[in-house]
Amino acid sequence: MKKILLGNDAIIKAALVSGVSFVSGYPGCPAAEIGDEFGKIAEKNGVYAEWSTNEKVALEASIGASFSGLKSLVNMKSFGINVCSDSLLPLAYTGTRAGMVIVVADDPSCWSSAQTEQDSRAYAYLSHIPMLEPADPQECYDFTKLAFEISEKFNTPVILRTTTRVNHQKMLVDFEEAEKSGDKQFKKGEFVKNPKQFCTMPPRVLEMKKELLEKIEKIKYFAENSPINKLTGSSALAKFGIITSGVAHLHALEILEQMDLKVPILKLGFFSPLPEQKIKKFIKGFKKVLIIEELDGYVEREVRAFAKEANPKIQILGKDVLPATGELDSGKIGLALAKITGKKFKLSNVDASIKNPPRRYPKLCQGCPHLYTIAALKRIAPDAIFGGDIGCYMIAGYPPHNTQDFEFAMGAGLGISHGVSKSTNQKVITLMGDGTFFHAGIPALINTVYNKSKPLLIVLDNRITAMTGHQNNPGMGKTLMGKDSEELQVADIAKACGVKNVKVLDPSNIQELDATIKEYLAKDEVSVIVCKLICALLARRQAEAKK
Amino acid sequence: MTKNFNIIIKGVGGQGIVTLVAIIDHAAFLDGFDVRSSELHGLSQREGSVEAHVKFGKKIYSPLVYKGQADLIIGQELLEGLRSVDLGGAQTKFLINTFFSPFIGSIKEQEILSELNKLPKDKLILVPASKTCQEKLGKEVVSSIYLLGYAVGKKLIPLKKEAVLRAINNVIPEKYLELNIGAFKLGHD
Repeated sequence: MKKILLGNDAIIKAALVSGVSFVSGYPGCPAAEIGDEFGKIAEKNGVYAEWSTNEKVALEASIGASFSGLKSLVNMKSFGINVCSDSLLPLAYTGTRAGMVIVVADDPSCWSSAQTEQDSRAYAYLSHIPMLEPADPQECYDFTKLAFEISEKFNTPVILRTTTRVNHQKMLVDFEEAEKSGDKQFKKGEFVKNPKQFCTMPPRVLEMKKELLEKIEKIKYFAENSPINKLTGSSALAKFGIITSGVAHLHALEILEQMDLKVPILKLGFFSPLPEQKIKKFIKGFKKVLIIEELDGYVEREVRAFAKEANPKIQILGKDVLPATGELDSGKIGLALAKITGKKFKLSNVDASIKNPPRRYPKLCQGCPHLYTIAALKRIAPDAIFGGDIGCYMIAGYPPHNTQDFEFAMGAGLGISHGVSKSTNQKVITLMGDGTFFHAGIPALINTVYNKSKPLLIVLDNRITAMTGHQNNPGMGKTLMGKDSEELQVADIAKACGVKNVKVLDPSNIQELDATIKEYLAKDEVSVIVCKLICALLARRQAEAKK
Repeated sequence: MTKNFNIIIKGVGGQGIVTLVAIIDHAAFLDGFDVRSSELHGLSQREGSVEAHVKFGKKIYSPLVYKGQADLIIGQELLEGLRSVDLGGAQTKFLINTFFSPFIGSIKEQEILSELNKLPKDKLILVPASKTCQEKLGKEVVSSIYLLGYAVGKKLIPLKKEAVLRAINNVIPEKYLELNIGAFKLGHD
């Protein structure tokens, strides 16, 4: 059937039609809709789906499913692959049993990302895991299906690397709807013992590496002949060719047509392994080749190496004419093509004297519980060092709050605060959300206790993982599929980690909040305040739903 | 329609941009066009600046409208409307809601209007969509649908009224259907 689908929806349709039974992930933009939607449809389709505590645990959950004979789908945003990389690398050595696809969604231009403008394609090199790069929702569907096929054929996980403009692109997609299993029980597999495959211990681990490299050779052959690395555009006696990947391919097609340039294109569906022979053959007769890829110039570097053998005189263009920062669009590619071909191209604009207004920063919502805490910090401890973390409360770093002195990665605020606290005599206060606390805050908290530093950790427990679109987390007593679960208490965990000063309070009780911050800042050891108040948006939505 | 039609929608998180994109996508499909769109979720929800692109025509390749290529820019809010001027080109028409959502460090409403009025007269259309929806329907939140109705009614967007109404029926949940159709018709007529 044909329907307008979001890239993320197309991935879901393909996973279902490929027979996925187990879905795990951690919410992050632009991939979060994959898990969110599975939360709604899993049961009807006989699938099990979870939000795991973090991406590493999510990957491990699906590894367990794969080893038990169930096909699995793991979903995460770019930085998730950093978190799960410790288990990702041995997974390449063991390989999978049932098919397994890992969706990693990068965010060029950082539309919804702090941290870095990461190009996760580099993990294909590090891990030796095949990686496919779809350009649009149709390819999201086709490539996810193909990824499951490759995974089953070669017993390897396959990474589907997407970007914001692929996950959040919509178009008419031709797809098959999976037959609903109708039974509400999710399928069970069976773990068949095979330590030779599943244990990466020496001396076996070196044999495994050898086997992995042999397997990669076979996958290279497969990639070499795969129709997803396709020749398109005009080819008659051209001296100039283009190699594209991801959504940039679509921008290239558009601008070539508009500039009336007839150029042959090799569109890469595989990022890894690259079809070396196909690329060598493609560049053979050219004087120039332009590589159009977003972010880092990985393909460009590979082409330079291939060209030494295939066509040493060819001029290779890429990051010297296209930006390595920010997403691409047809206009940026048009400017590069104008430089290369001498064809005229100019971006049109309106009256340049019209002023562009100042930047509108995202802000904390009306009634947001974090506002109480941020205001209290400015009142009580304006001179403290403020550690930030990943979540809505990083808006504390924008004006007018400006209460964030460093901000890195999930849970990193407390880890760095420990170092600052050890290294100085200054007061350090770290803000961390409930979701982030469960994700990566606990080891950092144990470190402050064990190694005796004295930051004040304020856990902003708004009863949900709000930033990424309100996902359930271990503090809520509800799973992704809406089942009841243990409601973990941040304060109990902090106490169990050995923190002596722990207080749970309602931050709208301003006097208590102020007094507690004052009291705990004077302590000579780590303290934890749990500011527990429901997210204002969630409260409004719950009230709306009750009507 | 011989050329593809490019729309950029710019507003503030929470103004229903994703719904508006879904309706235009669907209506373009019903009118027999190839269509692609691109939207942003996430950080933009927190009342930040948001932007979506919709393109339809005989054959659409890229989901993004590059600088200067928009035929129509819909500004759901005054200041974001001014911000969108930078994305427009010589042919771009700007349909801007006069609703103003200021922020700390923002410029004054009068200043925004005087900047916008530097646009050629036939390119700028200011419409009090939020105000009208609040007065006539009691809900400001459907102002985007009002703007869509206005654009279709004034032929600023080459989509048929019937297709858009069918798209609204398809996209909007039953509970809010009447309100949304009301907003569309109010803008259209």
